[in-house]
Amino acid sequence: MMWINRLRQTAAAAAIFAFAAPAAATTELTMFYPVAVGGALTKIVDGIVADFETANPDIDVNAIYAGNYNDARVKALAALQSGDPAQLSVMFSIDVHELMGLDAIVPFDDVVTTQEEKDWLGSFYPALMENGKVDGKTYGVPFQRSTIVMYYNKDMFRAAGLDPEKPPTSWEELAEAGAALTKKNADGNVDQWGAMIPSTGYPYWMFGALTKQQGEVLMNQAGTETYFNNPGVIDALNFWKDLGTKYSVMPEGTIEWGTLRQNFLEQKTAIMWHSTGNLTTVKKNASFDFGVAMLPAGSEPGSPTGGGNFYIFKAASDEERAASLKLVRFMTSPEQAAKWSIETGYMGVSPAAYETTELSEYVKTFPPAAIARDQLQHATAELSTHQAGRVRKLLDDAIQSVLTGQSTAEDALNSAQKQAERILSRYK
Amino acid sequence: MQPTRQIQAWLLLLPALCLLVAFTHYPVIKTIVRSFFGFGTRWESQATLENYRYLLEDEVLMQVLYNSFLYAAITVPVSIVLAIAMALWVNSKMAGKGILRTAYFTPTVLPMISVANIWLFFYSPEIGLLNKLLGLVGHGGINWLGDPEVALYSLMAMTIWKEAGFFMIFYLAALQTIDSNLYHAAAIENANKWTVFRRITFPLLMPTTLFVLVNALLNAFKLVDHLFILTKGGPNNASNLLLYYIFENAFSFFDTAYAAALTVLMLVILVVLALLQFGVIEKRVHYR
Repeated sequence: MMWINRLRQTAAAAAIFAFAAPAAATTELTMFYPVAVGGALTKIVDGIVADFETANPDIDVNAIYAGNYNDARVKALAALQSGDPAQLSVMFSIDVHELMGLDAIVPFDDVVTTQEEKDWLGSFYPALMENGKVDGKTYGVPFQRSTIVMYYNKDMFRAAGLDPEKPPTSWEELAEAGAALTKKNADGNVDQWGAMIPSTGYPYWMFGALTKQQGEVLMNQAGTETYFNNPGVIDALNFWKDLGTKYSVMPEGTIEWGTLRQNFLEQKTAIMWHSTGNLTTVKKNASFDFGVAMLPAGSEPGSPTGGGNFYIFKAASDEERAASLKLVRFMTSPEQAAKWSIETGYMGVSPAAYETTELSEYVKTFPPAAIARDQLQHATAELSTHQAGRVRKLLDDAIQSVLTGQSTAEDALNSAQKQAERILSRYK
Repeated sequence: MQPTRQIQAWLLLLPALCLLVAFTHYPVIKTIVRSFFGFGTRWESQATLENYRYLLEDEVLMQVLYNSFLYAAITVPVSIVLAIAMALWVNSKMAGKGILRTAYFTPTVLPMISVANIWLFFYSPEIGLLNKLLGLVGHGGINWLGDPEVALYSLMAMTIWKEAGFFMIFYLAALQTIDSNLYHAAAIENANKWTVFRRITFPLLMPTTLFVLVNALLNAFKLVDHLFILTKGGPNNASNLLLYYIFENAFSFFDTAYAAALTVLMLVILVVLALLQFGVIEKRVHYR
C-alpha cells in the first residue's frame, strides 16, 4: 500500500505544479513602509494591499512594515545593495535629495505614459508635492501625509473657565490659555500642564511650524541652503523655550515624541502639538471631549507638511515599474485615500478624496478630520536638504541644547548654521 | 606532527575558520580600507586621511567617547558587584530560592527592544511609574530621559538591571564548584563572614570575574539597542554612545566612509581594553 500512497502524493504534487505554472507569470512587488505614530496602522495597510491584490490577481505585493522612517530607509537601501531590491517603498518625503544622490529612484514622470496617468500625477494638493518635486520632476507621490495640528482637551478648557470652542489662535493666547490650564497640587508640583510640544524624535519638524509662524522657512527648495540663524528663526526657538521657562506652561527639558499621545490621553496636558496621523487613535481612546485646531499663529499661521511618500526604485524593471505605478495609483485613489484618512487621521492626499461620499460624510460628523487639510493653505515644506540626516541632526541638537538650557538660541543656531553651510558647500 | 595529522587538523578547523574569515576578518579589513578611500558613500582611488582628520575635529565624537567611557566605567563594576551579591544570595540555603533565581534572571531573557519600550513608560515624566513613586513623597519628578544631566544615568540603570542577572548565572555556577571543605576549615578557624568572602570566595571567583569583566566591557560598547527606543542619543547627544553614533553616521547620514573610520577607532579601543585586561588582571587570577 505504501507505494500507492507515494504514487498518489507524487501525482498530487505534479498537479499542484501544473496549476501553479500560470501563476508564475505574476509580477511580484516588494514594498517597505514605515509607521511613525504607532497604533494599528499596519493592519490598515495590509487591508488596502489585500484589496489591491484581489483587484489585480496578476500582481503579488509583499508589503513589509519596516519600523519608523529611518528604519524604512535603511531597510530599503540595504535591500537595494543586497541585490534583492524592493521595487517601491513608502519613505520619508524628505529623503528625496539623498535618494537621488544615491541614484536609487526614478521620477514618476518617466513611469507614467498615458494622459490619464499624467492627470493623476497632477491631482494632488500642491503643498504635498513640494517635498517630492526636484528640478520640476516628481520623485515622491504623497501617501501618509500630515501637518502638525493642535489637539486640546475641551473638558479641561471648561474646567479652567475657557471657551472650549475657542482654542488659542496666537502665540499670546497659547501662553495665556496655557497658564490658565496649568494646575499645581498642594506640594507645588505640576499635576496638569497647559501645553506640550514634543522635542525628541522629530524636533526639527515641530520647529518648522514655529518658524513658519514667524514667516521664515528653514531651507531653499534645492536643498542647498539653510536659514537656521535668521532673526525670526531665533525668535521662534526663544518662544519655544519660553513656554517652559518664562510662561511655565510646558515642562522644561525635552518632551518625548513617543509617549506624548499617552500624556494627552491621560490628561496630563491640556494641549499637545502632534501629527494629524494620531487623530483616529486619539478619537478612539480619549475618555474626554477633545478638539483639534490649526496651530496658533505667530506673525502668521503655519505648519510644515510631513510624512511619507511613495518612491519607485530605479532597480525595478519596466514591467515592475508599471505594476508599481498601478499599486501607487490604487493606494492614492480618492476612495482608498478617503478610507486611509478615516482610519488613521492622515490627510486625504487629493481634493477628490474629500469629495467622496465616505470622507465628506465623515468630515461632517467629525470636523477635526478636515483641520490638517484646511491648514495646507498655510503649509510649507518639511526640512529637506542634501546630507539631510546630518543637517537635520545639527538642527535637532541645537533645539535640544536650548530647550535643556545648555545654550542660548543665538549661539546654538549660529553654530548649527555654520556647520550646515560647511556640509552643504559641496552641493552648490 | 605527521603531514596527515596536519591536514586533518586544518580540515577540522576549516568550518570555523571560514565563518570567522567571512564574517569577522574580511569585514574588518574592508572597513579599514573603506576608511581611507573616499567620503560619504563615494569611493575614491586616492587614499586620504580626511576621515581621520575629521575624527579629531568632531565635537560630537568627543562627547560620545566621554559618554561611552563613563557608561562602561559605571555599568561594568556595578553589574559585577550586584551579580556577585545576587549569586551569593540565591546560593544560600533558603526557601523559594528557585523563584528568586528566576526573578533575577528574567530581565536577561527579555529582548532589549521590548524592555526598552516598557522602560520608556517607566521613565516618562508625567505618566511614568518612577515619577508617580516620587510624587508619593511629594517630589516634583525628574525628566529622566529629557534632562541632559540625567539621561545617560537613566540608560545605565536600565542596562545594569538587564545585565546583572546574566552575570549572576556565571557566578552561581562558579560558587557551586568551590570545595565546601574550605568553608569548614574556615569555620574551625572561626573566620568571620567577610574574611571568608575576601580570602576564599572572591579569590576563587577570579577566573569568573575576568570572564565576566571582558564580556561586560565588550557589552558596554556593543549594546545600544535601547538607545533607539529611549533617547536616540539625545537630548543634544547627552546619551549618545559610540556604536549608536557609528550607526547614525552610516545609516542616517549615509556617511559610510566616516562610519568606517569610527569603527576602526572602536576596534582600537576594544583591542587595547582586551590587552589590558588579559595582561594586567590575568596575572592576578588563580586558575586551579
